[in-house]
Amino acid sequence: MVEVVTVVARKLRLGLGSLLGDLPGAARKLAIAGTVIVGVIIAMAVFAPLIAPYDPTKMVDSPLLPPSAKHLLGTDMLGRDMFSRIVYGGRIVLWVVALATALSAAIGIPLGLLSGYHGGKTDRALSMVMDAIYAFPSLILAIALAAVLGPSPVNAAIAISVVYIPTYFRMVRGQVLQIKATPFIESARALGIPASRIMTRHILPHLLPTIMVVFSLSAADAVLTEAALSFLGLAVRPPTPDWGFDLYAAKGFIQSAPWLIMGPGVMITLLALGLALIGEGLGEKVRRTIG
Amino acid sequence: MGLARYVAVRGALIIPSVLILYTIAFIILRILPGNPILAVLGTKNIPPEQLRALEHQLGLDKPLYVQYFDYLWRALHGDFGQSLVIRGRPIAADLASRLPATIELAVAGLFVSLVLGLGTGLVAGLRRDTKIDTAMRIYGALTYTLFIPWLGLMFQLVFSVWLHWLPVSGRIDPRVHLRTITGLYLLDSLLTGNWAAFKSALAHIVLPALTLGIVLSGPYTRLLRNNLAVVLDSNFILAYRAHGVREKRITWHAFRNAIIPVVTYAGLQFALLLGGAVLTETTFDWPGVGTYLVEKIQYRDYPAIQAVILVFALIVGLISLIVDIIYAYLDPRIRY
Repeated sequence: MVEVVTVVARKLRLGLGSLLGDLPGAARKLAIAGTVIVGVIIAMAVFAPLIAPYDPTKMVDSPLLPPSAKHLLGTDMLGRDMFSRIVYGGRIVLWVVALATALSAAIGIPLGLLSGYHGGKTDRALSMVMDAIYAFPSLILAIALAAVLGPSPVNAAIAISVVYIPTYFRMVRGQVLQIKATPFIESARALGIPASRIMTRHILPHLLPTIMVVFSLSAADAVLTEAALSFLGLAVRPPTPDWGFDLYAAKGFIQSAPWLIMGPGVMITLLALGLALIGEGLGEKVRRTIG
Repeated sequence: MGLARYVAVRGALIIPSVLILYTIAFIILRILPGNPILAVLGTKNIPPEQLRALEHQLGLDKPLYVQYFDYLWRALHGDFGQSLVIRGRPIAADLASRLPATIELAVAGLFVSLVLGLGTGLVAGLRRDTKIDTAMRIYGALTYTLFIPWLGLMFQLVFSVWLHWLPVSGRIDPRVHLRTITGLYLLDSLLTGNWAAFKSALAHIVLPALTLGIVLSGPYTRLLRNNLAVVLDSNFILAYRAHGVREKRITWHAFRNAIIPVVTYAGLQFALLLGGAVLTETTFDWPGVGTYLVEKIQYRDYPAIQAVILVFALIVGLISLIVDIIYAYLDPRIRY
């Protein structure tokens, strides 16, 4: 058993090591700090039933109690344990953000590849649509979409994913245009390798480092967007615990129970910061390897 | 000739981007399943003939392509239709009364973010690779991941609830009388010489503007620092130093060169500013387009939501046009 754990731990360290390896000191520290923050939050969400002392949706004590040993972050206006709500709240955010970033990458990357590689009228039309969405205030677009789709985590994820499709599209398309002009792609084409194979086997691998950076940075941004939708009541229905929604609920009690705004606010910022730090660290690595 | 032609071509390019966003909004709001009238009424128990009469009155029984062009045509004439919730109320009038508040907040937020971002960026760039530089860079990264409503609530807690220095929310003390001219309270109170109104409006805008400004200042810190680094390492600065030009003058020249890309970025940033304004408005109960949008979403007032998207698309298009014109004016190489 112990052996298994050590082997797994070594494997993990190797994986992280090769990801973060040979980073310059400061960037490496940032990336590691980010990984630790995000890792702790993921662990907290996964093991929520073991960590949270109370049911996050049930009244367990009098409402608006200040923080104490019994209720680490006090109780909310319905007498629910705030600490338990924070612990469980991570589940919704992480799920929505993971789904949203995966969706936008799954749509944006192939579109960018095809559009950049083949060019022509479709490329121009698609670029124009993507640029229009990109230039528009993303939060407002997400709000409108989420409002029409109705408040649920999956709908929130769909609304958020639409916002980040252009980010992937533009980044991939731009890089494809550069790589397409290099001799090794030209020779691949001269050899008669089909376009689909060139795109997936020869171009895509070159994009992976940049995609990783964009992935973690857009995930950081998506955390804030999810929190915003939730704050406006567009992501979950009560009594589901969710940080943004709990922050909005706490807003009305800022005079009588100011401690309620601390938990959700700190967690949203920490998660966004952790993901951004990972993105920064990886970005530094990509810049150093390429430039 | 050159610049005029550039302005004309660049201006014409706004049209497709606004049309694309209008189309997207139309698809989202009209073609997706769900009857907007039933959504507003919140019930399906309505006699079919009454529903049809309502649909007819609002033009929702026409073919979709007719609705598409009808709305566009009327919007071009400043008619954004009527609210579904408060029937008979023109949306254009609502927007006209709300837009100045949002513009005032956005401009104040932009001002704060430029002062903070350029200030920290300048300090970091001049003291490169020192502890101060690291501190400024951390400021830049940290502020960007702050959640606007949380920062706003923290400010309310400290400066309003605890210290009682500034009001918690709102735009102006309701007891203060102000004759509006432009709808921008700070400007109006100055124009009418209304000192009490100016003080009240200023006290109300400080916290929202700080909240919005701080969160959006981070990228400026980074941008100016990195540009300064490049400029300060360049040959012309070396030449200045060799000629014994004073350090203050060198800083000024470096700053002027490093700030050019910031202009472009400030234009791009405007979309973020509007998005952030929605959250800031909700946090501070600021009566702008953002709170209007959130209200309308609660009632599923689709025509109003569509109008807000259209107006924001127009604003973003106009701002990017203005930025590009300033750029073309500064740099004669940019022409079509």
